[in-house]
Amino acid sequence: MKKSVVIGALTAAGLSAGAAAASTLEDVKARGSLNCGVSTGLVGFSSPDANGTWQGFDVAVCRAVAAAVLGDPNAVEFVATTGKTRFTALASGEIDMLARNTTWTLSRDVDLKFTFVGVNYYDGQGFMVPKELNVSSAKELDGATVCIQTGTTTELNLADFFRANNINYEPVPVETNAEAQQQYLAGACDVYTTDASGLAATRAAFEAPDAHVLLPEIISKEPLGPLVRHGDDEWGDVVRWTLNALISAEELGVSSANVASLSESANPETPEINRMLGTEGNLGEMLGLNADWAAKAIGAVGNYGEIFAKNIGEETPVGLARGLNGQWEDGGLLYAPPFR
Amino acid sequence: MSDTHAQSVAFVRDTEIPSAPPPYAATGPVKWMRENLFATHANGALTLIALYVIWYVLSGAVPWIFNGLWNTSSLSECREVLDGTVGACFSVLTERWNQLLFGFQYPEEYYWRPTLAFLLLGVAAAPVLFFDLPRKMLAFTAIYPFVAYWLIWGGTMLTPIVAFLGVAAGAMVYKRFVTGSFALGFFGGIFAAFVVWNLGGFLISDTASDTAMLGAVPSRDLGGFMLNMMLGVTCVSLSIPIGIALALGRQSSMPLIKWICVVFIEFIRGVPLITLLFVASVMLAYFFPPESSLDLFLRVVIMITMFSGAYIAEVIRGGLAALPKGQYEAADSLGLDYAQAMRLIILPQALKISIPGIVNIAVGLFKDTTLVSVIGMFDIVGMIRGPILASTEWNGVYWELLGFASVLFFIVCYGISQYSQWLERRLATDHR
Repeated sequence: MKKSVVIGALTAAGLSAGAAAASTLEDVKARGSLNCGVSTGLVGFSSPDANGTWQGFDVAVCRAVAAAVLGDPNAVEFVATTGKTRFTALASGEIDMLARNTTWTLSRDVDLKFTFVGVNYYDGQGFMVPKELNVSSAKELDGATVCIQTGTTTELNLADFFRANNINYEPVPVETNAEAQQQYLAGACDVYTTDASGLAATRAAFEAPDAHVLLPEIISKEPLGPLVRHGDDEWGDVVRWTLNALISAEELGVSSANVASLSESANPETPEINRMLGTEGNLGEMLGLNADWAAKAIGAVGNYGEIFAKNIGEETPVGLARGLNGQWEDGGLLYAPPFR
Repeated sequence: MSDTHAQSVAFVRDTEIPSAPPPYAATGPVKWMRENLFATHANGALTLIALYVIWYVLSGAVPWIFNGLWNTSSLSECREVLDGTVGACFSVLTERWNQLLFGFQYPEEYYWRPTLAFLLLGVAAAPVLFFDLPRKMLAFTAIYPFVAYWLIWGGTMLTPIVAFLGVAAGAMVYKRFVTGSFALGFFGGIFAAFVVWNLGGFLISDTASDTAMLGAVPSRDLGGFMLNMMLGVTCVSLSIPIGIALALGRQSSMPLIKWICVVFIEFIRGVPLITLLFVASVMLAYFFPPESSLDLFLRVVIMITMFSGAYIAEVIRGGLAALPKGQYEAADSLGLDYAQAMRLIILPQALKISIPGIVNIAVGLFKDTTLVSVIGMFDIVGMIRGPILASTEWNGVYWELLGFASVLFFIVCYGISQYSQWLERRLATDHR
């Protein structure tokens, strides 16, 4: 990739596909950096700050994988992908993994030949209404005008929901989230519906966020997770278990603050922490990584709970509650398989 | 006769009456307004409506602009300071101006390099645009693309030097063979350039850029309005010669060349630019092995250049067709060969006719460069839609950012259009 523009252009046609045969893990190690596909910009999930450093919930997954594989959370080349280019970028090998709020569906998994390695955010379609309407449930929305982005699955979900509950609505089709924001604020529609995390981010940008409420009903399942190409299971395992390590770390009480002291030596009282952090057993070796892979990942970005709180949690402007994304012990859906 | 007349008139005035000032309503602003604004009832009504619209727009826009804030750190802080009053939040421009102009990945300590390249662009473009300037300045124009490349991308100096040598070799081969046959010179020149570039490619080691005088910046890190300017300038300047070559090729008497040109032009014109951009960013990645993929910037330049080249070819073909047949015959009767006839007689006239069309395409092309935001490149619109609006501080600032982008584009496009009008006046040799 060091080839310069002009020369690269002229010699590209002549170069053979010599490097493509090696496994992704070896490629990444040889290259010394991870090519990670992220969104061009989604509040809280991935966006560059004023200094040009990528920040966000999805970005943290990329950094954790880079820290686990290469030991350096900054050894990531972030490739910005749009909704239209994301899958081809992954399929063509331009990126090694994609962490771009992508819903896990059967056709994407099977037909597009990707492997979803897990779920890092359980999303679902929700509703936002102005507080002054005094609506407390989506089932009270009979006859409401609804702003909805055309051509998305949210449109179909909405029709299903209203038909199932035998109530009527009037759709106001809009093209983008920005347009929806303006239409909703201008009063062109009573309700705005899209993914709940998107609603929260949209509401956070309002002049008076408190004047709007998100209704409790979530009418669809949108499990968002990182994905890799079919056919390289070793690499899929690395990404999967890095994500699992972040989730398990929260469950086991390992955080960026105490990971350094916990991984100094094996503590006989906490065998699973020892195995995860590599002070006991050889889990890292099985993955083809160093023994301290998980310690590096957790030390770099923190455990799942810390990542959540820092980027999209209730203290941030996005202000999402843990909800479904809590640990299974707290009534959430996060349930990482054991490190054994 | 004069006697009788003298007796019949009681008083003869011997001085002229000083001219009285015209009635108040038939002079000055009142007359102007009566004639231009309130000539008829319908005109009067339209004037009042127009005044109302202007007042409506200004009463909203002027306080919004002059009440604007320039040094807060987030939109919510803006709203706090404004406290319900109308006002813009221009702070996003002061905080993110570097991202809007250079993209968010271009290293800050290198900002002087694209800025210098931009200033030098003025020097390089001047002798091409204003032909009264000394012709010697064209020498700098010839080396400018390579200097600019080196400044913006950095890295080893050998790359632009090899590229320059390739172009020089091509030009020499063209000069040597063009007297024999235009086609031989043209394609021989292109072939020679490719040979030099390929040979030169072996000379440059992969690590040469690491120790270079100017640090290397990968294409992926380019962004902001700089990217729009680079794409616009590169594609316009490349597509004009390509357009000329295609237009001449389409008129060629050699069937192979003619049909290649016809198929190329018709195919490119039949496909939307956005499709070509998707092909550049998505499809080409499948054709090349991952490690040797063509630079994305270059892929996009090739696609946009092909697109505008095909359009410019048709505009120039219109210019060629507008020339009377006598001009071609006159060139032949002087004993000029094909290249001389084209260079000295046909093209100067045909291009002059084509100026408005070419400028039209250049302006359109420059604005079309914002389309690259849909394939994940961070041009100024991509920066606004992606990183800036997605940041927690500035989510929700639309008017200020998009207004800023439109101002930048307006300045450039209006400049191009004013230049072309000047050029048309300057070249007007017909008798009016």
